[in-house]
Amino acid sequence: MALAKENHEMALTDDEIFAKVQSALEDALGVDDDEVTMEATLVGDLGAESIDFLDIVFKLEKAFDIQIPREELSPEDILTNSQYVQDGVVTADGLAELKKRMPWADLSEFEADPKVQNFGNLLTVGDLCRYVGAKVND
Amino acid sequence: MRWLWVDRFTEFVSGSHAKGIKNVSLDEEVVDNYCPGFPFLPPTLIIEGMAQLGGILVAEHFLFDKRVVLAKVGRAKFYAPALNGTTLNYEVHLDAVQENGGTVTSTSRCDGEIQAEIELMFAFLEDGYLVDGPLFEPDDLKGMLRIMKFFSVAVDANGNRFPTYEKLNSPSAPRSQHAG
Repeated sequence: MALAKENHEMALTDDEIFAKVQSALEDALGVDDDEVTMEATLVGDLGAESIDFLDIVFKLEKAFDIQIPREELSPEDILTNSQYVQDGVVTADGLAELKKRMPWADLSEFEADPKVQNFGNLLTVGDLCRYVGAKVND
Repeated sequence: MRWLWVDRFTEFVSGSHAKGIKNVSLDEEVVDNYCPGFPFLPPTLIIEGMAQLGGILVAEHFLFDKRVVLAKVGRAKFYAPALNGTTLNYEVHLDAVQENGGTVTSTSRCDGEIQAEIELMFAFLEDGYLVDGPLFEPDDLKGMLRIMKFFSVAVDANGNRFPTYEKLNSPSAPRSQHAG
């Protein structure tokens, strides 16, 4: 299997993944390459608006030849589910569900203050790279 | 005033591409007034024409069931002004579709020369977002497509000419046997 996979498609290195993600974000958000660091948040630092996420999805799908189902990057179904959210705060069950859905995302900061409204500015460039990496190299 | 920035479809293949023409006439107020003394069709209206062809290409792919809006102009390069008296040949290709949007790449040519290259992204409005119900009255959209000669050239996903679409008929209207 490993051989077959190598013949079909070489695994991408972290640097190669970052370079492609960086290029997609530069195009989608009109930012400079030096702004796109692993730690930069998509919304807060790079100014992504909701419509940009659709654009980013299209660009990543093309760059990496992958399919990105909507719920994988935007777990809105969890964040609007009364089973997982109480008084605007994600419950322990909800956090567990988010971690299961987004194992590539660093949720530690969000866990400290898990208000639903804080989720919007959670994702970083590094999260995106880990997400894509998991998809292309698994 | 009607907001139609393509004169007619010349080719339409479902899920693949659409072609259309736009004649630039001095009689159009925008052509004459946009830059007094130097008439040309404003580039923004070339983008609008592409968006109309592209929006219909995307919407048809979903049998006109989605509320398709232009969400982003990804890239737009203009190589020459679209002068009065010329015919622009637009060609739009479906690039990618998702459950909540689609992208197209398009070109405008004038006398065989590339005049513009444009990439567009469309989003689908979710139910209840901005307005309720369809963005067009079904009969209005069908009428617009008819005068743009869409039904004369279109080939649907099954390779059929003269396609019909359930969503383009208003619920109370009698079902037409032909063209839409």
